[in-house]
Amino acid sequence: MKKLVVTMMAATLLLAGCSGGKSKDSAETIKIGVNLEQSGPVSSYGNAELEGVQLAVEEINEKGGVLGKKLELVELDNKSDTTEVASVATKLASKEKVSAIIGPATSGNVKAAIPATNQAKVPLIAPSGTDDSVTMDNNDKVQPYVFRVCFQDSFQGEIMAAYAENDLGAKKAAILSDSSSDYAKGLTAAFKDSFTGDIVSEENYQSKDTDFSAVLTKMKSKGMDVLFIPGYYEEAGLIVKQAREAGIEVPILGADGFDSPELVKLAGKSALNKVYFPAHFSSLSEEKQVQDFLTNYKKKFDKEPNAFSALAYDSVYLLVDAIERADSADSEKITEALEATEDYQGLTGKMTIDKDHNAVKTATIVELKEGEQTVVAE
Amino acid sequence: MDQFLQQVVNGLSLGSIYALLALGYTMVYGIIKLINFAHGEIYMVGAYVGYTAIQNWGLGLIPALFIAMTFCAVLGVLIERVAYRPLRNATRIAALITAIGVSFLLQYVMILFMGPDVRTFPETVPAKIFKFGGVQVNEQQIYIFVISIILMFLLQFIVKKTKMGKAMRAVSVDSDAAKLMGINVDTTISFTFALGSALAGAAGVLVGVYYNSINPLMGAAPGLKAFVAAVFGGIGLIPGAMLGGLSIGVTEIMVSGYASSLIKDAVVYAILILVLLIKPSGLLGKNKKEKV
Repeated sequence: MKKLVVTMMAATLLLAGCSGGKSKDSAETIKIGVNLEQSGPVSSYGNAELEGVQLAVEEINEKGGVLGKKLELVELDNKSDTTEVASVATKLASKEKVSAIIGPATSGNVKAAIPATNQAKVPLIAPSGTDDSVTMDNNDKVQPYVFRVCFQDSFQGEIMAAYAENDLGAKKAAILSDSSSDYAKGLTAAFKDSFTGDIVSEENYQSKDTDFSAVLTKMKSKGMDVLFIPGYYEEAGLIVKQAREAGIEVPILGADGFDSPELVKLAGKSALNKVYFPAHFSSLSEEKQVQDFLTNYKKKFDKEPNAFSALAYDSVYLLVDAIERADSADSEKITEALEATEDYQGLTGKMTIDKDHNAVKTATIVELKEGEQTVVAE
Repeated sequence: MDQFLQQVVNGLSLGSIYALLALGYTMVYGIIKLINFAHGEIYMVGAYVGYTAIQNWGLGLIPALFIAMTFCAVLGVLIERVAYRPLRNATRIAALITAIGVSFLLQYVMILFMGPDVRTFPETVPAKIFKFGGVQVNEQQIYIFVISIILMFLLQFIVKKTKMGKAMRAVSVDSDAAKLMGINVDTTISFTFALGSALAGAAGVLVGVYYNSINPLMGAAPGLKAFVAAVFGGIGLIPGAMLGGLSIGVTEIMVSGYASSLIKDAVVYAILILVLLIKPSGLLGKNKKEKV
């Protein structure tokens, strides 16, 4: 019996070894792995991105594919769980032999996928991992196979500080941030570094809190010109509502986590005036590329796309651009081509990949008026 | 000074919610000596029932409140009948573990049906703001405070003045003796659960209206704090629960207002430990000597 098991195991290993023999260039399709949060707590981001990816791939295949081959998606659900993320990444890179991987959506999950993709030397494109450390390892060296198409948190913090000073004329700022998230910490640090005025008050909350009346009352008495809330819409919506009710009328600055229709529902339209945040993508843009995307997305999924869908859509096109420049579906060659990306025009702006594998691009600053978005600065 | 008064107002509106929840804990404990850990989840169910009534059936706040209270009363009785009654003569730890089990069951059944996402409560009470000097009071805060006070008085009336209330008090003192006097102990306990759960349901709807955001796990933290409030005021005592709830609410707000919001929960739980160490019977409780 034991012998049989051993023989079987040996046979499986042999088979597994064989299937890897075929090179990615000689395959009939170009395989792209999709490692996204299709279920679990952050599934709303993951599913929006999956739709963006599917739309982009469908468009490309209709036009005849890349290098004469069709793109083939391998979509696996990482369940918003870091352990699953790692196993999905391994499966995609080593078993499915994909040329490149798109996703996961959140910074934490991207970090969990990196060891597997590094080992298999497969490039990973993160559509929306904004945390600064996503593309860096612990020794501040760049992760060789990780790229992102979104801007970073430090950049968001900087532009919001600059906007507060130059456009809103703020001299005194107050910060109310989530004490438990890396996202909030990164944004707060960047904002404080670039803001030259006084930070008159800095308070914290915890995610899932619902009552902010005490800290807001306290902050109101300090006197401020702007209130910066680096956080996600779930709490930010409630904070904005309660701040306006407490009589805090100063402009409120946020981050890309504000960009959700849920924010309007939570805060209420009347509270959402003089609220500013940086957006990856604005559906108000008149560029043909954006308008086509909006039409096609609506036709395919019967709803409005959000920034996450747009970033994922850009990730696919950026990858295809790299494959074409590399003239190969080989992972190493694609990685080199991605590194050389310059002035690539996507839905979310023109981007250049810098030496740290970050997308250098512009952000759109959006102002909410009665809950409606208007673009105030690029 | 204005800031202090404003914080008191904030604290009282948060405290009224804890008080409503603490009343349910205290009543159940008073009668069968069980800490009903599923109480916070009944509050969550109440919030969802209120949400459905307002959002899907287009009802106003008061009818929604009644529907949620009725639904939760029935749910409370059902839970008692299915989960607690068969264990009435079992050890207390068995009943406690069952209560925790029921609490998880309710949370995840709700996730199954309504999804894990935060839902926004439709606006029913306009957020009109009244100013008294430098102090701002929101119309919703007034609603919460007034409705809580009315419900507390109603409860006190039922317990002290009605026949059922008398039966409840009798069962709480000695259930065997009460049975000998011809009191139907099962009905009385069911009634207690119905009453406590209805209050939790009311608290759920009020929280939905006030904070505008509900989710299936919203009951866990306030449930624990209400438990602290009940112990603080003297578990088993109705005025104690009211006092405890309001004090915990004000404490929490004062800690975030004058110290740091990061330690507010730590302070609340430290109070629990201190009360248990120094005066286990609570603020209003009398130290009883146990007869052997």
